Amino acid sequence: MADIKLPRREFLKGAGVGAAGVAAAASGIAACTPQQSASNASTGPDARQVLTPEEDAFFTAATDTIIPKDELSPSGSECGCVTFIDRQLASAWGGGAKMYRTGPFLKGTPEQGYQLPLTPHQFFVAGVRAANEWSEKTYGGKVFAALTPEQRIEALTAMQQGKAEFNGFDSRLFFQRLLTITMEGFFSDPIYGGNKNKASWRMLGFPGLPATYADKIDEYRNKPYVVAEPQSIADFS
Amino acid sequence: MVTKLKEVDAVVIGVGLTGPMIAKELTMAGLTVVGLERGPDRRPHEEFVLPRIRDELKYGARMELMQDNSVDTVTFRNNSDMTALPIRRWGAFLPGEGVGGTSNHWGGLHWRYLPTDFKLKTTLRERYGANAIPADMTIEDWPLSYDDLEPFYDKFDKLCGVSGKAGNLNGQKIDGGNVFEGPRANEYPNKALKSSEGGLMYAAACKSLGFHPFPAPFSAASAPYTNIYGVTLGSCEYCGFCGRNSCEANAKASGATNVMPVLRSEPKFELRTRAFVTKLNYDKQAKKVSGVFYTDMKTGEEYEQPANIVVLAGFVFSNVHMMLYSGIGEPYDPKTGKGLVGKNYCYQFEAPATAFFENKNLNPFMGAPGDAVIIDDFNGENFDHTGLGFFGGGYIRGGSGGAPPIGGRDVPEGTPSWGSQWKKETVRWYYHVVDFNTQGSVYANRANYLDLDPTYKDSVGRPLPRLTYNGTDNDHKMSAYLLTKVDAIIKAMNPSSYEIRPRPKMFTVVPYQSTHNTGGTMMGSAPGNSVVNRYLQAWDAHNLFIMGASVFPQQPGYNPTGTVGALAYWSVEKIKTDYLKSPGPLVHA
Repeated sequence: MADIKLPRREFLKGAGVGAAGVAAAASGIAACTPQQSASNASTGPDARQVLTPEEDAFFTAATDTIIPKDELSPSGSECGCVTFIDRQLASAWGGGAKMYRTGPFLKGTPEQGYQLPLTPHQFFVAGVRAANEWSEKTYGGKVFAALTPEQRIEALTAMQQGKAEFNGFDSRLFFQRLLTITMEGFFSDPIYGGNKNKASWRMLGFPGLPATYADKIDEYRNKPYVVAEPQSIADFS
Repeated sequence: MVTKLKEVDAVVIGVGLTGPMIAKELTMAGLTVVGLERGPDRRPHEEFVLPRIRDELKYGARMELMQDNSVDTVTFRNNSDMTALPIRRWGAFLPGEGVGGTSNHWGGLHWRYLPTDFKLKTTLRERYGANAIPADMTIEDWPLSYDDLEPFYDKFDKLCGVSGKAGNLNGQKIDGGNVFEGPRANEYPNKALKSSEGGLMYAAACKSLGFHPFPAPFSAASAPYTNIYGVTLGSCEYCGFCGRNSCEANAKASGATNVMPVLRSEPKFELRTRAFVTKLNYDKQAKKVSGVFYTDMKTGEEYEQPANIVVLAGFVFSNVHMMLYSGIGEPYDPKTGKGLVGKNYCYQFEAPATAFFENKNLNPFMGAPGDAVIIDDFNGENFDHTGLGFFGGGYIRGGSGGAPPIGGRDVPEGTPSWGSQWKKETVRWYYHVVDFNTQGSVYANRANYLDLDPTYKDSVGRPLPRLTYNGTDNDHKMSAYLLTKVDAIIKAMNPSSYEIRPRPKMFTVVPYQSTHNTGGTMMGSAPGNSVVNRYLQAWDAHNLFIMGASVFPQQPGYNPTGTVGALAYWSVEKIKTDYLKSPGPLVHA
């Protein structure tokens, strides 16, 4: 791990900060290796609540394309994004809690916002199916998870631009929501199953908790405040 | 079957910010008060504590503190020719619910309006000619002056423990404060927060251009503080989690933190939560409201709560909805311009910018809204509008920090939104961002209003409130003008790159913009031009008082809460000194 090009180091070099800060950042990153791959876990903390095998494979491939493994972090699924998505879709939010779900369900304008009768969970069930059907039609019978890394990038780009013609489903909206929930999984507190080992917080240099900085504003003026180990909710519980 | 309860002296609808303030003042005057809150109880010592409060997903992304759209929401369209559709989950604005209401999660920027804001129509006519105001701009003077309100601004400052730096003490201008503000009788209760590094960079650039920067007035104590009710407040921790969230330090002002601790132990006060008020019991003949109907959302039971005084203290949409549904006053009709309930709905016209500074280290996770720096040179009538083609303006804010990881990762324009390149740029720039915002005014237009939706219903069967709103040409021109100033300031800061984001032509309810919704039960000088008089008393029901920004005739270029709080104290003072002795109209039409 010591040879990995560290984001914090890169950043600190640019800032001209001395070696002590670099060492602190490096020791923080060193613990970044994920303990297990989320995609094939059937028991333990990554056991699925609602995702089907097809959905699991789709989200694993999609989150690994959106957040690829590189020198800055493990991949999306390695960071627990699929576990996060599974738990979110199984949560009250995923079931449409606090959402107005009375018809008529009219199309409306983009300015009027989301008007589908689907809860977030139902939305992703329908969206993943539509994405895989489109993928099979476009890529010679292959679902999204069976595509090559290059094809996955091409497919997600087509969805992002709304050029992927899903059957009865808006591919651009699907991609927006896929991107949002993936980023939430990557950056939220690890208590929700994503951001394993605080990989994204280490990558950014986000210290986490307790976030009490009244005495640090002046001390760290135009100087990076770096902690050896970011702290999460579980670390204080 | 509606159960009729025993009459009380006063019922307060909504136990958010003004609700607890009014209840506290009325119990101090000896009245029995019931507070009806649609949402849950929120006890800060249980709910707003470490470590659970540092949860950006729950509060920032999933909006834990916001009103439940499944119970009731608002329908929206851009103009009267469209079919309005329901906001199924909040986006552009975020009304709160539960004890403390929207004040639990507000940003805490605590302002007074300019003296000229209160006599806007008169001022514009005097300065720019009798015919200067466009025919469709339905602005009005407020029925009270800055000087009338000043003692109540002062009292509200001392409730909240506001931190800031005065720029006008009893008429004497003070460098380093806001030299454009109206005269204050007293300095802020607490010293301004320390400015962020980005704020200091912004201040230097503003000064170099001849503008007048000052630290943001912030409704959180910068040092331990005891407020007017003896509640001890903590000091701001610059935690960076303020947005959409409450405060574990007990520093940011809210109804739950600054009033409820003493109100809860007041024997003359009773709090009922999950009490969803559905209608006011209006006696048109007597010009009185005899009480309210509510549904206990824990049991489904319906109740009538009779009261001598009814205080409507909900969010803007709830207040206007209640008036329309209860049949009090005449609903506004944009075709004829007749009717007043729902008229002059306004918003806040904010437009942001972001600049990146490769060689600065700005610790983006630290910070509080009060560590920003502001200029007020282009707000209201602080500058000459001759030849500009618009009226209004707004303050311009700059600063760094308060950027938690889900919502606070800016990258330069043109960066991909995912993949390796996105990741690299995110890491590269996370520490190097200064952000800017323009707090533009919205001057009322006859096309923008609230009424009842013809199709969609809430969970208890009432028609939903319907919002018809779009940005006007006037407000777009105003915003574009403010952004030219932002552009000049950013250029003077010499960034690596920057991006200015003008408002889209069509207003959208999707991305968050501002929870500064105003109007619909406007205050005014006579029943012919307003819903409530200068004491917030309904012209059509003398024992009904309406709190909150729904009484604003139009929205100046500042956050509304400072004035909302001051008006509540102004109103309840009059209730205590005059109305209780002789119940009846406080202003004779």
